[in-house]
Amino acid sequence: MIFLRLFFEFFRVGLFSIGGGLATIPFLSDMGARTGWFSAGDLANMIAISESTPGPMGVNMATYVGFHTGGIPGGVAATLGLVCPSILIILVIAGFLKKFRESRVVDAVFYGIRPASTALIAAALAEVCSIALMFRQVTVPETGAVETRLFYWPAVLLAAVVFACLHVQPLKKLHPIVFIALSAAAGVVFQL
Amino acid sequence: MNLYSDLFLTFAKVGVCTFGGGYAMLPILQRELVEHKGWTTQAELTDYFAIGQCTPGVIAVNTATFVGHKLCGPLGGVAATLGLVFPSIAIIMVIAAFLQNFADLPVVIHAFNGVRACVCALILSSVLKLRKSTVIDPPTVLIFALVLALAVIGNFAPIPAGAFWGSALRFLCSPVVLVVLSGVAGLLIRAAKGGGEK
Repeated sequence: MIFLRLFFEFFRVGLFSIGGGLATIPFLSDMGARTGWFSAGDLANMIAISESTPGPMGVNMATYVGFHTGGIPGGVAATLGLVCPSILIILVIAGFLKKFRESRVVDAVFYGIRPASTALIAAALAEVCSIALMFRQVTVPETGAVETRLFYWPAVLLAAVVFACLHVQPLKKLHPIVFIALSAAAGVVFQL
Repeated sequence: MNLYSDLFLTFAKVGVCTFGGGYAMLPILQRELVEHKGWTTQAELTDYFAIGQCTPGVIAVNTATFVGHKLCGPLGGVAATLGLVFPSIAIIMVIAAFLQNFADLPVVIHAFNGVRACVCALILSSVLKLRKSTVIDPPTVLIFALVLALAVIGNFAPIPAGAFWGSALRFLCSPVVLVVLSGVAGLLIRAAKGGGEK
């Protein structure tokens, strides 16, 4: 039953990803590998679409994966699965909000989880990079033979330019959607 | 207007107005909830947001549930959350359906190759920012390094299935197990430090 599976897979993502949209990426990459519902390349596209459309990124990713896998009901099932643990946990915490904020046990647990969450996102980044920037099949114009290049330099260059822009003063205030749109245009113009 | 439908519509508006979610959402929540509706004070909203960040799930959903619950109980929490996710569901499905039909066009493929390179840069920049606030002292550096190594092994190394150590390693490298173990590690490190000081 695909809808139940989508619901429970995303319930798991909602339960264990801590720190917002980006934190869902490692869980989605794990899910893609286990279920075969989408490839790592699909995931990179989904991240871009989720960042450049309205709404929380985690919710957008769930809807996209669910729709990709099981149509409209799949998208609804995945999204409901994702938000269910949040609703349950927050409703419980809301009863003793103050105690929760001041609890030393809670603080200690999150002291350990926060760096782990960052590391998981970094590992997912390595996977997205290997898809976007490496192991590209290129046709050699002279011979017509197909070769696999370890690094795909035009894409590496584009990524480096965007990264540099994100750290230059007036440009870094721009919304990510601007960079995503310009990169899409660059991809079309330079035939990446 | 019924308070439940007001919650639903207000959070639907918040959902439409934010791109990317998380931190981008805070200024819009402030404007809608504190200034327009007067549903929460600034201090309450900051509290909700802080807890939303360190509890499981999407930050925006956690905050919406808090506000809805405060105004009219558990059903209010559900109404606010459903309002928040409604625009996402509608918009993403239209885009996904559109892309399914045009995914094989060369223009779309080239555009996405550019976009993927951009996503690498965006995530790298976010990871560097996150690292500043989460990897703060030697124990957190150690947790960061260990989890990163195991997660990369889990992603890239071909782990033979069947052998006992293979399944054990695969289990250890899954994100869920790594998150749970890090939480336990945090508890133990804090307990050890506390014991040392006494």
